[in-house]
Amino acid sequence: MSRMHITLTVNGEERELLAEPRELLIHVLREKLGLTGPHIGCDTSHCGACTVEMNGRSVKACTVFAAQADGAEITTIEGLGSPDGLHVLQQAFREHHGLQCGFCTPGMITRAHRLLQENPDPTEEEVRFGMAGNLCRCTGYQNIVKAILAAAEEMNTVKEAAE
Amino acid sequence: MNDMTPPTREERVEKLKGLGCSRKRVEDVRFTHGKGNYVDDIKLPGMLHGDFVRSPYAHARVKSIDASAALALKGVVAVLTAKDLEPLNLHWMPTLAGDKQMVLADGKVLFQGQEVAFVLAEDRYIAADAAELVEVEYEELPVVTDPFKALEPDAVELREDLHGQDSGVHGKRRHHNHIFLWEAGHKEATEQAISSAEVVAEEMVYYHRTHPCPLETCGSVASMDKVNGKLTVYGTFQAPHVVRTVASLLSGIEEHNIRVVSPDIGGGFGNKVGVYPGYVCSIVASIVTGRPVKWVEDRMENLMATAFARDYWMKGRISATKDGRITGLSCHVTADHGAFDACADPTKFPAGFFHIMTGSYDIPVAHVGVDGVYTNKAPGGVAYRCSFRVTEAAYFIERMIEVLAIELGMDAAELRAKNFIRKEQFPYHSALGWEYDSGDYHTAWEKALKAVDYEGLRREQAERVEAFRRGETRKLLGIGLTHFTEIVGAGPVKNCDILGMGMFDSCEIRIHPTGSAIARLGTISQGQGHATTFAQILASEIGLSADSITIEEGDTDTAPYGLGTYGSRSTPVAGAATAMAGRKIRAKAQMIAAYLLEVHDGDLEWDVDRFVVKGAPERFKTMKEIAYAAYNQAIPGVEPGLEAVSYYDPPNMTYPFGAYVCVMEIDVDTGTHEIRQFYALDDCGTRINPMIIEGQVHGGLTEALAIAMGQEIAYDEIGNVKTGTLMDFFLPTAWETPNYTTDFTETPSPHHPIGAKGVGESPNVGGVPAFSNAVHDAFRAFGLRQVHMPHDQWRIWKTAHDLGLHG
Ligand code: FES
Ligand code: FES
Repeated sequence: MSRMHITLTVNGEERELLAEPRELLIHVLREKLGLTGPHIGCDTSHCGACTVEMNGRSVKACTVFAAQADGAEITTIEGLGSPDGLHVLQQAFREHHGLQCGFCTPGMITRAHRLLQENPDPTEEEVRFGMAGNLCRCTGYQNIVKAILAAAEEMNTVKEAAE
Repeated sequence: MNDMTPPTREERVEKLKGLGCSRKRVEDVRFTHGKGNYVDDIKLPGMLHGDFVRSPYAHARVKSIDASAALALKGVVAVLTAKDLEPLNLHWMPTLAGDKQMVLADGKVLFQGQEVAFVLAEDRYIAADAAELVEVEYEELPVVTDPFKALEPDAVELREDLHGQDSGVHGKRRHHNHIFLWEAGHKEATEQAISSAEVVAEEMVYYHRTHPCPLETCGSVASMDKVNGKLTVYGTFQAPHVVRTVASLLSGIEEHNIRVVSPDIGGGFGNKVGVYPGYVCSIVASIVTGRPVKWVEDRMENLMATAFARDYWMKGRISATKDGRITGLSCHVTADHGAFDACADPTKFPAGFFHIMTGSYDIPVAHVGVDGVYTNKAPGGVAYRCSFRVTEAAYFIERMIEVLAIELGMDAAELRAKNFIRKEQFPYHSALGWEYDSGDYHTAWEKALKAVDYEGLRREQAERVEAFRRGETRKLLGIGLTHFTEIVGAGPVKNCDILGMGMFDSCEIRIHPTGSAIARLGTISQGQGHATTFAQILASEIGLSADSITIEEGDTDTAPYGLGTYGSRSTPVAGAATAMAGRKIRAKAQMIAAYLLEVHDGDLEWDVDRFVVKGAPERFKTMKEIAYAAYNQAIPGVEPGLEAVSYYDPPNMTYPFGAYVCVMEIDVDTGTHEIRQFYALDDCGTRINPMIIEGQVHGGLTEALAIAMGQEIAYDEIGNVKTGTLMDFFLPTAWETPNYTTDFTETPSPHHPIGAKGVGESPNVGGVPAFSNAVHDAFRAFGLRQVHMPHDQWRIWKTAHDLGLHG
């Protein structure tokens, strides 16, 4: 099958690659760019394990062709925080025990990150609604919700202090 | 504060981060960074991808397989069928339950989604394309998906390979689709008690077929190094050591030449205990091609072909005196095992521990018989977040209690309290042969009822029913009660084995000279946080901070042999092994300390992190100092080094228990429900890490919510799977999931070295009846006795409709 030349900015770095027109973004990220943080948990766009940010929106990378992402800015879990510094959300997930097996976690955190950009001060209901595209089989969500609310509060405090 | 002030005893205890501490998880940094290493993340040089051709039919003869078009596709390396596996004797494999299962269709298929051929290609896209190109000619056969019909005299014979065999590993087969009849208890005495009783309640309780559906599906990467003769297999294995032994027995490769590694596992819940055709095919394919081979199933394959759970039709009778003393219990189960009996139960127990079905109650006589049946459904029968059919048993008894309460016209909470095993009866010998280690059910029950203001709730419910009857509301209130008793920690080797391997577990500890340590165990975490909690157990035993202890599991080349993680057995068995190995370290440390302090070892006592000379607290040696001396000082009569290993064979199972209350609002017209309150009290004995326990309870309850309220593996009459994607298979989101209130009592296990009992599965065991009982209870005033799960919106609406509540 013929291949397309694609350019992506992933976690701030420009990457070029060849992909078949039918190739999914999740496979390109995981197998061609070695970013195995986003996972695959279903075939029907339900689980959200593959969630990444594309041009400032949450997308399920299993539901985007790599070709559609040509020229896009993409952030994956690997682009949040750094090995020596956890992002506030990463820290909050740890602090509030918002993960167990960790398989949903990269998608969860990436989605939560976008949610808090869209709505920096959400209610519990808004968090539950805004996270409903990401499934977790281990935690029962209670601590995930707690972690996101705590992270929101912390991020707001930091912002206020800076103002 | 002066830096030189010695820490107080409390500070020293705190520094250990040992038992009882809500220590943050060490796993989390890696996972929150996206740096977990799951099987699909593994990429080896030259790796091929495998994909299955699967049967569209539930029962058919395979007339021919033509792979020529697939093989002509660029990038396709090979297509394996049963014929290729036959010379290696790998076209069938043994199941954990003593049956055998086709690896690839051998002349026929027995369920939709069955593996027919294995395609190997350079990448996953080509493999999927090629699988489409394999032409298989089928001849359809009659299908049977109903276990009762499967036992009718003229039912089609499913397992022709067993034709004429009128007995199997579990005894007599009385029909060609019958697998076994397994019984426990006293039949005559139970019949006698029931037939002479003042009150008898009878009911068919169905626990429907479902699936563990961890977020990560199953998969493996096999790599045969032909030069060194070494096979390495990475995979989603809840029991890596057992996989190595089985792989060795099947392939003929000596066990020391096989290395099995369970990397990070994205949830298991029983799905990853079994051995699947995909594992076998990836191994064979790697042996054949000499290249690494990856197989990872997609979600549809996962739901269709690997590891269903439950599917028990439980016909029960319970008898009592007029004032509510239970006098007898009997149950007959028709168990739908699908096409091959692949249940993951200890070998001697084909119905698992279902005979824990007398639950929390002091029932003088009981009897159970379980008939295992073949149907045209996928094999499995795994313990989905449960210890071997304990969830079925707990659901059965907790429904029967409710039905009996209706029969007696009695409050269901009162009926339970009246029949609980009393505290002073422990260790308690149940009518079906178990020895319950410890419990205090009345205390837990009273605490739970008080916490939710049970009487207030009942008053509110009565008012609601009145208001409903007056036409003022369309919502009913259900109060779902459960008091469950679990049985976990398999188990004593004398009666628990899997394929002949005794169900012990193990821990090996190495203390480094500078006073840090590594411990390796025979278990494997799938999210339970072993790296965090086992270090805590050890910290309290050996007095080194949990932060200085590395825990490793899952690599058979380095970890000691163990039977793995499922059935809540890690804490009861491997946790005990950890404590015992820690005690061996301490015993040697005591001799070293005695030498260093120039006293008799009997003159020393252990204090948090050090040995102290009795009566002279200023004279001591810390474990850190002792570790250094163990490697650097010649001590007469003592070998250098500080290591220990323990293989622990538990003397008994452990019996966690709990009291749950679910308060649910039900809209009679729409069939929707809202969980207003869920209170969960768990008693898992000594609590190692309260934060992790709470997390396990939240997760287990949410799985219970899914099962009770909508999750199901359903088939139509011709064997099509109707729930093969997450579109139809219910997994609750954050939106549907309620907040839970957790609570505890603490009744240690008397036989476990630290008194811990295990908790991972309790919330699923107790949660399902609590949700289901809430639905039933909402309609009790209108005459409902029993409806089958799952209680999805349509079924609740139908229940209301059938009771005439829609006018
Ligand atoms: S993999 Fe499930 S939504 Fe993308
Ligand atoms: S932590 Fe396991 S799926 Fe969310």
